Amino acid sequence: MSAATMPETAVYNERVVRQFTIATMVWGVAAFAAGLVIALQLAFPALNLGLPWTTFGRLRPLHTSAAIFAFGGNALLATSLFVVQRTCRARLFGGDWLAGFLFWGYQIFIVLAATGYLMGITQGREYAEPEWYTDLWLTAVWVVYLVVFGGTILKRREPHIYVANWFYLAFIVTVALLHIVNNLAVPVSLGGVKSYSLFAGVQDALTQWWYGHNAVGFFLTAGFLGIMYYFVPKRANRPIYSYRLSIVHFWSLIFLYIWAGPHHLHYTALPDWAQTLGMVFSVMLWMPSWGGMINGLMTLSGAWDKLRTDPVLRFLVAAVGFYGMSTFEGPMMSIKPVNALSHYTDWTIGHVHSGALGWVAFISFGAVYHLVPVLWRQRELYSLRLVSTHFWIATVGIVLYIVAMWVSGIMQGLMWRTYDELGFLQYSFVETVDAMHPFYVVRALGGLLFVIGALIMVFNLVRTIQGRTRAEPEFRAAVAAGAD
Amino acid sequence: MFSHDRVERNLVLLTVLVLITVAIGGLVEIVPLYTIEATIERVRGVRPYSPLELMGRNIYIREGCYVCHSQMVRPFRDEVERYGHYSLAAESMYDHPFQWGSKRTGPDLARVGGKYSNDWHAAHMIDPRAVVPESIMPAYRFLAERPLGYFDAAAHLEANRAVGVPYSEEMIERALADVEAQLAAEPDAAFLARYPGAATGDLDGDPTAITELDAIIAYLQVLGRMVDFSSVTPEDLRQ
Repeated sequence: MSAATMPETAVYNERVVRQFTIATMVWGVAAFAAGLVIALQLAFPALNLGLPWTTFGRLRPLHTSAAIFAFGGNALLATSLFVVQRTCRARLFGGDWLAGFLFWGYQIFIVLAATGYLMGITQGREYAEPEWYTDLWLTAVWVVYLVVFGGTILKRREPHIYVANWFYLAFIVTVALLHIVNNLAVPVSLGGVKSYSLFAGVQDALTQWWYGHNAVGFFLTAGFLGIMYYFVPKRANRPIYSYRLSIVHFWSLIFLYIWAGPHHLHYTALPDWAQTLGMVFSVMLWMPSWGGMINGLMTLSGAWDKLRTDPVLRFLVAAVGFYGMSTFEGPMMSIKPVNALSHYTDWTIGHVHSGALGWVAFISFGAVYHLVPVLWRQRELYSLRLVSTHFWIATVGIVLYIVAMWVSGIMQGLMWRTYDELGFLQYSFVETVDAMHPFYVVRALGGLLFVIGALIMVFNLVRTIQGRTRAEPEFRAAVAAGAD
Repeated sequence: MFSHDRVERNLVLLTVLVLITVAIGGLVEIVPLYTIEATIERVRGVRPYSPLELMGRNIYIREGCYVCHSQMVRPFRDEVERYGHYSLAAESMYDHPFQWGSKRTGPDLARVGGKYSNDWHAAHMIDPRAVVPESIMPAYRFLAERPLGYFDAAAHLEANRAVGVPYSEEMIERALADVEAQLAAEPDAAFLARYPGAATGDLDGDPTAITELDAIIAYLQVLGRMVDFSSVTPEDLRQ
């Protein structure tokens, strides 16, 4: 925050940004904890407890939705509403009432979805599990989001729409399109919760993975790239590396991502031509992904030393690094012979988490650490040392997680296809399940570290909001020097 | 001369261009699946689920079985040997929604029908580790204790018909009675004419009550059993 912009802050609606920021922290811890519980259930099945609402099958959608839509969604709403006001120099469109509706409406959506999962109310579509009434409610909330966000851009006092807002806009518009089409369904009765998808079989499968892959592409990528395009240059105090690359990155990314859905259906009953299209576009997607990564990383040109001194920037930059890693791994896994091995195994789970923990969560942590002192008018964070501690604990957690999943995934994939010297399958299915156990324990340990890191963050941020600071002369001096 | 500057200054133009850009891929990939008839293989035998099977399928969805079990055998030697003939698009043509899955924490279930006895399934659902000691599946004892709610079976069939499943008037009218007919000790010829190959008789080992366990076993026992592969030619399977 430079002093020159301070008088402006009075005109912004920061209350709703603060609300979404708190929600991000709360749901983040809930999502990570739910992940830890289900990771332990796979290692120790007795933890399913034999109760309907505590079985893995019901808790797993709770975990994925909490991570994507509750933690990720609130982070996107918090940052997008912050960024759009600052970069447009305009207060949120629609007044405080509409912003308040957006906040509470979104939290109601989360609670409706989560309680539904525990009761077994689900459409049985991955990442689109909420039933028709919750979907309708989310649609209404999402339209309000588009109106608030777009309306603010319309009344901007800057001639240009800043690049971060292009990404946020593409995320909002495309998620609306995906959500509405994929959730078309006929309810059994208006008084009941159950509905039947409008689509069946192979068409339903591709519609669902067109949605599912682009929940990754637009919710977890385009939206979070909006965070990158604002918070990395802000924190590094450097302009974006290349304006031209931003334009190429944006249009090529959104054009190519949509095509990649069929790579979730390799070797299935989906016709070959569609699988091939999905594979080719997935491989092409590597280019804009790395173009964006380069644009983010090179923004640090001349400021690389800050990585050593500013742990908040370290979160943001490590996130971009993980983004690069998982957007290389993704196209590789979409190549059919690789997918033949990786599909249906834990390798996919590891891949998702290198993106979800390394990219999505880390860039959100960086943004939230940056935002909280700004939003609560504090000069600095309570403790930078704790930010650094969080960073290393979480990083070790991610590494344990993804390495365990690489090993177990590739091992299981190979065991399934192993033949003995007489030409019979070497392993029964359950032998491959048994072999997973040590890796499931290591994975849960990685998850535990990630949860501990998040709790350290919450402690640090609560103290910051209380206006307390910890005496850490060596850390502060280093950051102050880096900020020059 | 086009300049990106114009797009950056105009929200409506930016939004419209984004919509066009993201619409192309989806349209090119999804629309032909409806227009190319060969997408669904020309095989006989795939029928709508019996009311009890449909209730069982709804329990399968409710419990999130799809997060650990796929229903899609890929055309690889090891999968065909382990599970049976690779899956066809035709076999899930009445599945709203599809349940192909994406993860095999447990084995594929596309062709589990008929592979194990009803008793095995009942014992396995109640306590998986009693039957398979290394299993990590949750125990579903509560399915055996919960009576099946099937009073609105006809409404479920009607909703399926609304989305394209060819349930006849007769099937909808007899939906409620067909739940009981499928579980009756004596096979009901009229029921089996409507739903050939359905698993009949008491399924969960408790003839005194119609439970959720009855329904899910009825569903599991029909999986992958509808198409008779002995009469299928390679030409029928070309997509």
